Amino acid sequence: MKLTTRLEERLGISLIYICVSVVVVLIFVMIVLLFKMSFISMSKFGLNFITSTTWNPVEEQFGALPFIYGTILTSILSLTIALPFGILSAIFVTELGPKRLRNILGTSIDLIAAIPSIVFGMWGLFYLVPFIRDTLTPILTKFLGFLPLFQGSSFGISILAATLILSIMIIPTISSLCREIFLSVPVTYKEAALALGATPWEKIKFAVLKPSLTGIVGAAGLALARALGETMAVVMVIGNSPQISLSLLAPGATMASILANEYAEATTDLHLASLCYMASLLFIITMIVNSASHFIIKYFKPKAFAR
Amino acid sequence: MNITLKIPNTIIAMLKLTLTLTIVLTYSLTINPLMGQTVAINGAGATFPYPIYIKWFSEYQKEVSNVKFNYQPMGSSGGVRQLFSQTIDFAASDVPVSVEEIKSKKLEWNILQIPTVLGSVVIVYNLNEKNVKLDGNTLSNIFKGKIKKWDDQLIASLNPGIKLPNKEILVVHRSDGSGTTEIFTNYLSMVSIDWKSSPGSGKALSWPTGIGAKGNDGISAMIKQTPGSIGYVEYAFAVNNNLSMVALKNSSGKFVTPSINAMVKAASELKNVSQISQIDIQNLDANKMNILNISGDESYPITSFTYILIPNKKQNEKIEHLKKFIRWALDNKGQKMTNALSYAPLPEELRKKFIDSI
Repeated sequence: MKLTTRLEERLGISLIYICVSVVVVLIFVMIVLLFKMSFISMSKFGLNFITSTTWNPVEEQFGALPFIYGTILTSILSLTIALPFGILSAIFVTELGPKRLRNILGTSIDLIAAIPSIVFGMWGLFYLVPFIRDTLTPILTKFLGFLPLFQGSSFGISILAATLILSIMIIPTISSLCREIFLSVPVTYKEAALALGATPWEKIKFAVLKPSLTGIVGAAGLALARALGETMAVVMVIGNSPQISLSLLAPGATMASILANEYAEATTDLHLASLCYMASLLFIITMIVNSASHFIIKYFKPKAFAR
Repeated sequence: MNITLKIPNTIIAMLKLTLTLTIVLTYSLTINPLMGQTVAINGAGATFPYPIYIKWFSEYQKEVSNVKFNYQPMGSSGGVRQLFSQTIDFAASDVPVSVEEIKSKKLEWNILQIPTVLGSVVIVYNLNEKNVKLDGNTLSNIFKGKIKKWDDQLIASLNPGIKLPNKEILVVHRSDGSGTTEIFTNYLSMVSIDWKSSPGSGKALSWPTGIGAKGNDGISAMIKQTPGSIGYVEYAFAVNNNLSMVALKNSSGKFVTPSINAMVKAASELKNVSQISQIDIQNLDANKMNILNISGDESYPITSFTYILIPNKKQNEKIEHLKKFIRWALDNKGQKMTNALSYAPLPEELRKKFIDSI
């Protein structure tokens, strides 16, 4: 009896160690392999790879700048669009909405996250792109055409289309994280605010949003990391043209999209290595964003929480 | 006491042994021969011939039940790379690998490259006006972004009688690396020195203008819903999506609309490139099989063969099965299945040569 419990104890603990080390080793193997595979390109182009704007597989000239630009532009813009929707829907679900509606709403927002990204891409290609081309672009160029952001002709396929798709895709991430954060604010705060005669909006502002601020920043960071790596939906609507254009109506390309496009049919070793170099860069960017947001969530808890 | 106990033990041990042996023997005698008979042949490569290959595999398996084919349509380069690293039994490629490249790999065996069917890359567009005609030079200028509007002088002069709209041209090209792109840009490089110098030809390139869509289906979808767009797809996709196809001027000065007949006619002019009897099957020379921009009154100029690559290993069961399958596919029965899937059969003389000598 005693022997079996001791055996079970040992087995259980060692199983945990084994699983953890497998995960850690896997990550390290992946990093090492990625760097090894991109070695030819790293030694040939060095850091010029990041600043060069040419991507020409025929002449074997590779530079990542247009892709880095496209990735960062689409991710940050989509985050800007998605953030208010995500936060406000989370407030509604946790604070304002009728009790019965809360669960239904919360689940249906989470459901967006379960839709495969290829479905988003197809929806984007067949509905969003024609909508942008025929309805949105004429309105934007008419009222905001003086901005460099909305100049030039548009065929719908554009950075704008990719941005909109991405923002829809990351709303559930922000919304569900924010819901958790808002629910973790002590009820006493809200009661205190109401006792002091705060209106519903003042209650939300001082007793919900303010103590959750760092949490929201962290949630935004995680959503940004998701937008950075999103591939399939972006490939289908962005136009895959590696250029740096100020206009959102122009086609663009992202780091993840060029990987999906060219990896399978890369002809030369240098081409393949350059794609791996690009993957390493994307990996580094995503890792920085991810760990920064985890760091913010963990260490910048609001003062009141600490007590 | 001890001795009497030991005897039954030995007997039990012997009984156990016999039982295990019987089980193992029955298993190996009954089940193993059944399993051993089926040969699994793995291949990977071009997406373009995927539909006809799948059809062939399933029809062939009805006749020869002990061979099972697996094919991954991952793209020509991926297939060839896997063949060189010997992870698959055969590869499929839209463009033959050059003799130099095969030699540089220093393999122990030679690689046979066998043409299987004919396909065309067609120019598709979205305009209310039908029957648009183009020549190679104009096409290259459109894809270079030098011709920006549909009513451009160069296009109009090729299309008397058609009122072309004053509409911007949207060029749609493949965003993913593709054998289709290589065939198309090889053609453009043949008809335009300007294109050859830049951007040149390849599976993926630095496009001077336009947007990239993923796959033949991606281009078809874009063309279908964007007025004023122009792009290139494989013939089957244009037919299935009911897209308008450009009649392209060939090197005999005739405008030819893509069709299966036009592919067959182009291939029948192969004799202008090389004597079929002189084609070296062991070391297939890509240039001798190149029928892009070929002359002939009815030849469609962007037609090419697609190939299966097999390592010519001696006395190898899988390779023998593969060769048998290829002889079947190149024979009348296999070639008759091509038309329904929008491919064209090989010229008779050519396939006879391959059937006889592989």
